[in-house]
Amino acid sequence: MPETLPNPSPKVSDEVKQTTCYMCACRCGIDVHLRDGRVRYIQGNRKHPVNRGVLCAKGSTGMLHLEAPSRLNSPLLRTGERGEGKFKSISWDEALSIATGWLGEVRSEDPRKLAFFTGRDQSQSLTGWWAQQYGTPNHAAHGGFCSVNMAAGGIYSIGGSFWEFGQPDWEECKLVMLFGVAEDHDSNPIKMGLSAVRRNGGKIISVNPVRTGYSAVADTWIGINPGTDGLLVLSIIGELLRSGCIDVDSLRYHTNAPWLVNLSEGPEKGLIIRDDQDNPMVVDSQNGKLVSHMDPNAQPLLSKTITTPEGQEIATVFSLMVEKYLQPEFLPANVSEKTGVPASIIEGLARELYQVAIEHSDEINHSWRDIYGREHKTIKKRPVALHAMRGISAHSNGFQSCRALHLLQILLGTIDTPGGTRYKPPYPKPYNIHPSPARYAGPDTPLSGSPLGYPKGPEDLLIEPDGTPQRIDKAYSWEAPLAAHGMMHSVISNAAAEDPYPIEVLFLYMANMAWNSSMNTPSAMNDLKAKDQDGNYKIPKIIVSDAFSSEMTSFADLVLPDTTYFERYDGISLLDRPIGEPDLVADAIRYPVVEVTRNVRPFQDVLLELGGRLKLPGFVDEINEPKWKNYAHYLATHERKKGVGPLAGWRGKKGDVSGKGEPNPGQIDKYIENGSFWSAEIPERALYLKNVNQDYQEWAMNMGFYDSPNPFKLEIYSETLRKFQLAGEGHGPNQPPEELRTRIAEAFDPFPSWYPPGNISEEDFPYSAITQRPMAMYHSWGSFNPWLRQIHSENRLFVPESICQKENLKEDDWVWVESPTNRIRVQIKPMKAVNSNTLWTWNAIGKRSGAWNLSPNSPETTKGFLLNHLISELLPVQPDGMRWANSDPITGQAAWYDLKVRIKKAKAGEEGIYPEFKPQHEPPDSRRRPSTLQYGKEWTE
Amino acid sequence: MTSLPKSTDRKLGLVIDLDVCVGCHACVTNCKAWNTSGYGAPLADESPYGHDPSGVWLNRIHSFETEQNNMSALVHFPKSCLHCDDAPCVTVCPTGASYKRVSDGIVLVDESKCMGCGLCAWACPYGAREMDPVAGVMKKCTLCVDRIYNENLPEEDREPACVRTCPTNARFFGDLSDPDSEVSQLVARRESADLMPEQETSPVNQYLLPIERYGTDELASPDFNLASLASRKSGGILSWVDNLLNGN
Repeated sequence: MPETLPNPSPKVSDEVKQTTCYMCACRCGIDVHLRDGRVRYIQGNRKHPVNRGVLCAKGSTGMLHLEAPSRLNSPLLRTGERGEGKFKSISWDEALSIATGWLGEVRSEDPRKLAFFTGRDQSQSLTGWWAQQYGTPNHAAHGGFCSVNMAAGGIYSIGGSFWEFGQPDWEECKLVMLFGVAEDHDSNPIKMGLSAVRRNGGKIISVNPVRTGYSAVADTWIGINPGTDGLLVLSIIGELLRSGCIDVDSLRYHTNAPWLVNLSEGPEKGLIIRDDQDNPMVVDSQNGKLVSHMDPNAQPLLSKTITTPEGQEIATVFSLMVEKYLQPEFLPANVSEKTGVPASIIEGLARELYQVAIEHSDEINHSWRDIYGREHKTIKKRPVALHAMRGISAHSNGFQSCRALHLLQILLGTIDTPGGTRYKPPYPKPYNIHPSPARYAGPDTPLSGSPLGYPKGPEDLLIEPDGTPQRIDKAYSWEAPLAAHGMMHSVISNAAAEDPYPIEVLFLYMANMAWNSSMNTPSAMNDLKAKDQDGNYKIPKIIVSDAFSSEMTSFADLVLPDTTYFERYDGISLLDRPIGEPDLVADAIRYPVVEVTRNVRPFQDVLLELGGRLKLPGFVDEINEPKWKNYAHYLATHERKKGVGPLAGWRGKKGDVSGKGEPNPGQIDKYIENGSFWSAEIPERALYLKNVNQDYQEWAMNMGFYDSPNPFKLEIYSETLRKFQLAGEGHGPNQPPEELRTRIAEAFDPFPSWYPPGNISEEDFPYSAITQRPMAMYHSWGSFNPWLRQIHSENRLFVPESICQKENLKEDDWVWVESPTNRIRVQIKPMKAVNSNTLWTWNAIGKRSGAWNLSPNSPETTKGFLLNHLISELLPVQPDGMRWANSDPITGQAAWYDLKVRIKKAKAGEEGIYPEFKPQHEPPDSRRRPSTLQYGKEWTE
Repeated sequence: MTSLPKSTDRKLGLVIDLDVCVGCHACVTNCKAWNTSGYGAPLADESPYGHDPSGVWLNRIHSFETEQNNMSALVHFPKSCLHCDDAPCVTVCPTGASYKRVSDGIVLVDESKCMGCGLCAWACPYGAREMDPVAGVMKKCTLCVDRIYNENLPEEDREPACVRTCPTNARFFGDLSDPDSEVSQLVARRESADLMPEQETSPVNQYLLPIERYGTDELASPDFNLASLASRKSGGILSWVDNLLNGN
């Protein structure tokens, strides 16, 4: 028969433009194939350091994000009641005048009455700087409910963290352990990495109550009880210490293990012994003398406990650590029941980690110089890498659990070694070179620095003399002293309760606080529309900027419609959330690859314009005229300090300087020519052990990451935590209120510790309930994308078979799930590969009817649900009548995963999702939803 | 009825490594994005924003629970047309629309001849063909026939979209009739399988089976125990650790 041959070389596109994806937070490079000014096809950029050509399910469907009917089309002013979604379209001039009026009034009266919070923002160095210049301390992005425990736990321990500040050395590691890593950050690099590890013959061990996604390809899956990872890790640490299976050299010279702790009773108990230059001291084994830890000739002792001639009792961090973790409470047999992990497995994990990291590892040729000035010809491979995410962070013990993970890495000597978990520039940056959070300075006055930072002790808390929190979210108060990312999840409830004070304007960017980004969603919705006795809203004005019609936009008074990521400039900056790799430093941009066809503006342009209209310092020039034409202009020419701006590539007048140099007005064009990213390799000698590598320190300084070299020791023992603990114990001028004293003293253990998460009665609520993130969705995004929603348009509650038997449940049954806060009715699916006491579902599939321009009876509404309804922002009442935030007591991280529930079969006839919410209206100028879609029809052959 | 070629010059196909597939759906959506604006009718979606979204896909992932090393596990199984040598979808076609190419073995549908009767989908034991609800023609994987020879693409991109995009590098494309090709070598080296051999379709696509896992059993039954080292350090960790400085 004749063989019909289709055209072997059909036209692909008119042109290909390279920019950066924003279908999740991964920030992959993309090649956008354009035809007729529209997006025909998107593929990964092969040269991009993040994704090296690959692209995930989300990124591949960006064209339907760009053309979604749920896009907002013009500025909107509310005409109905809050939450109804009734608006009228207004002009940009009117919208900006209204916003400027509201914001200007507040600034001259009391800038704290503006709460400006952003969601999955990738322009935090701009938004933070705007808040600083405006003068409100009430600013943060979404880190407080996302992963501040990982960031803060990492920064205070190793000056880096998982994901954005560090990652496994995928090509060299032989054993990867994942803790609580759902199918998310960072998406493509983890998938590429896991595949590389398996192909190289390495092993993957996944610790996660649920075996999906990445866990599915793991060699070993440990279905741990939620919230007990820290205890498991401390038990492994006990095993390693008991048997001396640790990297002693690394501990001696790269960590604070030999530092000396004051044991004498009094206000200095537990603080580090320092010389008169404030350098921590160690005992030199050669002469028994106390010398600076930076003394190049010292051989520090690890084991010592001594009494000084002055009668001061002191001990090394190492000896105190051994004493702590050899306690019987950490023996595998004694943690087995709590963690759900058999003792033999814990012992096996310790053995495996030791064998791969130390016993079977090589020393390889590699020249480098340490901070003591010693030249080295070799370096030890330590091919064990850990990676951890929300399963650690979203518990109220997450900060300390994260510290425990870093301690495990430190003991094995795997931090920033070949094969270990490696820093990504501009990290490492130890906590003490990060700024402390800046204080409120008064009306019409900028803050002296960033509203967010890392406190060094109780003196850095943002509290009034009587202890009242200065921030609306109570971050950096005694309720959450190290809340380095703020506490976005507390803003709405605190504002509605006027606790600690009322606010005037709530300004949200890209944060779906009326739905999947709030704990106790029904309560958050009520707070947003709560009125006082005069009928006025308790939160008087709400401005929302977003590109899409979300649950949150329906509660706005004023909507400032944003563009999509194809239509605007963006900067993925080293000042913000970097995209470096272990071997290179990198940053990136987005630029408009298609024209905007709606009456919408990039949020960053709008923020710069508002800054100009408000005459904020830095946003106007010497004659008080707006300084920035648009965000691209700002990206290329703004200097945060001399020579350091948002983008590090092609600086200097000629564009030939990397890192630090004069602004280059042609910088953006250079980025576009290079595929929208810039990268520079770290010099060979500077690649490893960066915290104690002199070559790295000097390179980093020259690149502008540091003002001066900042070598530091990995902190097994945190003196900062001890300072807060001392305050809890009754020392010092800044002490916690009586009711928080014990909690502070217990939680702020200077060594990594473990305490049970939450305080819910297991008798009444025996099961844990958690979410996992589907790989094809990113939070609430995705449901308005017809291709992605065909993968997940509804979610079931996955129930372990053992619970199904006990509760007499079968597939498709409707059940009631009850927490101390609320109850929901959902449909179940039995599952085996899950911890036997844990129920779970996919995150953020459920939608409010009418949101996102989906049909009101879409499965996201009729069969999709959120667990958020069950999670309170407050814990149940304590015996003393207090209600604590459902957060980590150290960082204020929202403790989503502490949720405990009970489950029972719904009665016959009880069917359908509960609770149901009144549908919201679609914006007045919404596009009609097509009944069929044939994307790309005009380009087919 | 349509006849199959006695043999094909090449056997282009996919090798899919189940050992590393995490079920992320990158291949699924990237395939759809390329093909909806590529060869033949677009891949239509009905009720795209409505109560019952459903559309045509040339590649889908099926996930199911199984056991590995006495442990519950989840297997992700991507499935598209296997470009069988004995393709029942071709022989059943009443119009000659379904055919297998002699030059490279790709099974294609000539949409100008397809009358949408659906017999081929019924005949395919893998469920790899889907009827387009709008165009009324049968859609199936073309192995990106409009990419692999396309001179408008750089040479390195002349491979199926699913292969190019896969984040775990679980998908390989090549000539399975050439014993020296990367795909043939992979199949030779790894344990691989025809899908449903009892159907006697001689599929060209091959699946590489998951490699034996190092499970919890191995972890829990050591050849040696750290406790044995602890007893060696009879003076305890603290005296041992500083004795190291003296070379002891």
